[in-house]
Amino acid sequence: MEYIIIIISAIFVNNIVLAQFLGICPFLGVSSKIKTSLGMGGAVLFVMTLATIVTWLIMNYILMKFNIVFMQTIAYILVIAALVQMVEIILKKISPSLYQALGVFLPLITTNCAILGVAIMVIQKNYDLLQSVVFSIGTALGFTLALIILAGIREQLEKLPIPSGMKGVPVALVVAGILALAFMGFAGLV
Amino acid sequence: MNNWKNFTKGFIKENPVFVLVLGMCPTLGVTTSAINGLGMGLATTFVLFGSNVVISLVKNFIPDKVRIPSFIVIIASFVTIIDLSMSAYVPDLYKSLGLFIPLIVVNCIVLGRAEAFASKNTIISSAIDGLGMGLGFSFALTLLGALRELLGAYSLFGHKFINTDGILVFVLAPGAFLGLAYLIAIMKRINK
Repeated sequence: MEYIIIIISAIFVNNIVLAQFLGICPFLGVSSKIKTSLGMGGAVLFVMTLATIVTWLIMNYILMKFNIVFMQTIAYILVIAALVQMVEIILKKISPSLYQALGVFLPLITTNCAILGVAIMVIQKNYDLLQSVVFSIGTALGFTLALIILAGIREQLEKLPIPSGMKGVPVALVVAGILALAFMGFAGLV
Repeated sequence: MNNWKNFTKGFIKENPVFVLVLGMCPTLGVTTSAINGLGMGLATTFVLFGSNVVISLVKNFIPDKVRIPSFIVIIASFVTIIDLSMSAYVPDLYKSLGLFIPLIVVNCIVLGRAEAFASKNTIISSAIDGLGMGLGFSFALTLLGALRELLGAYSLFGHKFINTDGILVFVLAPGAFLGLAYLIAIMKRINK
């Protein structure tokens, strides 16, 4: 039950994009087509879960043990950058088809603040390892959901006449604002 | 004159938020009030200035292949410095900015300026560039924060104008998206 609450809360109530403002760059950048949004969502799910596990272990078994918690930011960003690079190399070797699907999105993920954000959040919330994994999966699903909804709306928006000043980013932000308003309806669910 | 142009380009012409559309996460996340926006902007300015100076100093020693990881380590060091200093000297502001201080490290503006400017230019122009871009970022964040505070709480920098509750939605998440959307649209108009 506890894990279901964590997942529901991460997807709907505290949606990472629409309520916490993390991962906005890919949210605005790659959300013009549903297909690319799915690819990005898959890559984020994969890397976010892996990165959360690795950083959680590093935090609890290295940084806390040697009392160097202040190194958190430096250690985490290096681990995430190395991890993304490693995942890219491994995927290329063992599963070229998956690499084809996720490949182009992997380099973008290093600068996706949602990954680092979740890794820091699970430490702040004092989650144990299993809770952290569940939380990161829920967060990635919430990210994918928001991305796909926005992409679907933007695909339709292209057919409409929009004032030139509002084209592109501004209108995407307005849509995101209305989505955020809709997601506020989930508040108090858990 | 050239330095002056280099310094001022971050405010309107190449404003990182309104024109380049970089660093969206802190822009939307912390601008619930003008003071939060200003604090976040100045913290980022410090990191931008410091990392630009150091990167332009060491650019000749770093092999091309490992330059991005090296830049990230330098940036992360400055982020750690500001993170620890803020939690010591301005604990209230630190608490309200929360997660977004360590996240300066993945702010695209900082790495973007390091890669696009500091790794190719002299120390002085890199320092000016970092300062200008950082202050342009602060300007954008303060403007959005002031707008949201004004509409959402009828106050500015904590001074209340009308003694009632404001339009609450502007302080909440949707107001960030809507406020920024219209500010970008207005800036597009001004730049044209």
